[in-house]
Amino acid sequence: MTRLLQIEFQKIWKNRASRILTIAYFVILSFIALIASIKFKIGTFELHIADQGIFNFPYIWHFNTYIAAILKFFLAIVIVSMMANEYSYGTLKQNLIDGLSKKEFIQSKFLTVVVFALGSTLFIFIMSLLLGLSFSSYNEIGIIFSDLDYLFAYFLKLTAFFSFCLFLGILVKRSAFAIGFLFIWNIIEGIIIGLLRWKVFKDSDDYQKITQFLPLESMSNLIKEPFSRLSVIKNIEETIGGAANVKDYGVHWYSLLIVLCWIVIFVLMSYKILKKRDL
Amino acid sequence: METILTIEKLNKRFGPVHAVKNVSLEINKGNVYGILGPNGSGKSTTLGIVLNVVNKTSGEYRWFGGAMETHEALKKVGAIIERPNFYPYMTAQENLELVCKIKGTPYSKVTEKLELVGLIDRKDSKFRTFSLGMKQRLAIASALLNDPEILILDEPTNGLDPQGIRQIRDIIKHIASQGTTILLASHLLDEVEKVCSHVLVLRKGQILYSGKVDGMIANEGFFELQADNLEELKAALIAHPAIEKMVLEEGKLVVYLKQAFEAKDLNKYLFEKGIYLNHLVKRKHSLEEQFLELTSKN
Repeated sequence: MTRLLQIEFQKIWKNRASRILTIAYFVILSFIALIASIKFKIGTFELHIADQGIFNFPYIWHFNTYIAAILKFFLAIVIVSMMANEYSYGTLKQNLIDGLSKKEFIQSKFLTVVVFALGSTLFIFIMSLLLGLSFSSYNEIGIIFSDLDYLFAYFLKLTAFFSFCLFLGILVKRSAFAIGFLFIWNIIEGIIIGLLRWKVFKDSDDYQKITQFLPLESMSNLIKEPFSRLSVIKNIEETIGGAANVKDYGVHWYSLLIVLCWIVIFVLMSYKILKKRDL
Repeated sequence: METILTIEKLNKRFGPVHAVKNVSLEINKGNVYGILGPNGSGKSTTLGIVLNVVNKTSGEYRWFGGAMETHEALKKVGAIIERPNFYPYMTAQENLELVCKIKGTPYSKVTEKLELVGLIDRKDSKFRTFSLGMKQRLAIASALLNDPEILILDEPTNGLDPQGIRQIRDIIKHIASQGTTILLASHLLDEVEKVCSHVLVLRKGQILYSGKVDGMIANEGFFELQADNLEELKAALIAHPAIEKMVLEEGKLVVYLKQAFEAKDLNKYLFEKGIYLNHLVKRKHSLEEQFLELTSKN
């Protein structure tokens, strides 16, 4: 296993573009901490973001994993190009001739995906812990380490998304087209959801029973938007709408299961395609 | 004799195109094999199949007697096909180190092989800065990293200038002289004639000839003769046991042999029969003529 990872990391790390993107990704991730220093001034009223409770345990796990997941596109580019480049350089063929099996090839790519996801999760964990310890109003051990399922959901979300990128890289063979396809797929899912929501299941939430199975939708269902959970926003809602919306922000086992299934599907399909294709 | 690769009734179809038809062959240790064939004759496809990059339609192949899986066996094989494939952003040394990781070979081999192909001075240059000849030599270094049991080269001199061709050929000769088994696919016939001991001729996916190079080059050769009376000459030779057949061509008698027969012995034989020759030449078909004759049939 270490052999496969070493092979893959040499390929990524020696490539300047991939190296810069990877470093940029982690640097920008750490910029989430800078949200702490945002201050608004509206007349005499001063709003300091860090004092509004976004860094309170356990809410911080939810908030940071949600924000951090937006930055996954940086690594998505690295992963798509690490796959597509193997085709354009002809090195996939050479790797196989040199004695790497097709299975090992997919394994090495998937292991890299897992390591990237794991690295991001660890990074977010440490950063959130530090931010929380500096700004959180609650510092009891029990509270600090509650709701950690957001971190697991974040890990799974990244793994699934990167596996999707890997699959597209193998399917399309060209980085630019694979990333284009990703966006098109995003739009297609949007259209499907829209159609089901406003045309098929009018005036009910039943459409979610179907749309939760779509790959990108299932990934975004893992961690729901955290903003309306903030007390500031809740206050506003209560003032305007009378009562606050009751919403479920938790991480559900069935959402995790759906995403896990997609990961398996993407990896197996990648292997199938590679096995069937003449290079 | 130790068998390195056995191919039995291998077939490959690309849709309606039958690229490899019922190919069977055996590669034995220590020989240098040439695979000849016009473009599109199935050479690269056959190599692609045994190298795990093209899927076969039917048939079998076994590496080293079938004792191990293909990808494990390939770690004992060195192969380059068509064009050199490396990561352009890595240096020569880094590229070879990556191959070491895949094959499980120690890094110490990298310097040794770079020296062998004369690229040691450029080991820290990025692959994309290399000329085609240098890329091809790096590919050979890479194929040799694990001191392979067999070296497979598919068109190694394609697109090279005369110096480049010479360098590659010298390297191949050097490797062959060390007793490494080589499988060389090429359409450059003099290349094959110079380095190979055995030859396979493919056309439209079928094997036309398989055997020793000497066996293919018109066995004992032929004579071109001319005398004042050709009929008398023909009559005198017809009974000779070394002669297979005679053909009249452009006023000359072409005499094909089935066993060794020296020019001086023929001359003496005819002299004794009272026939004096105006013209006597002994020739052998070159591999090229033989190849063209084989592949132009049907």
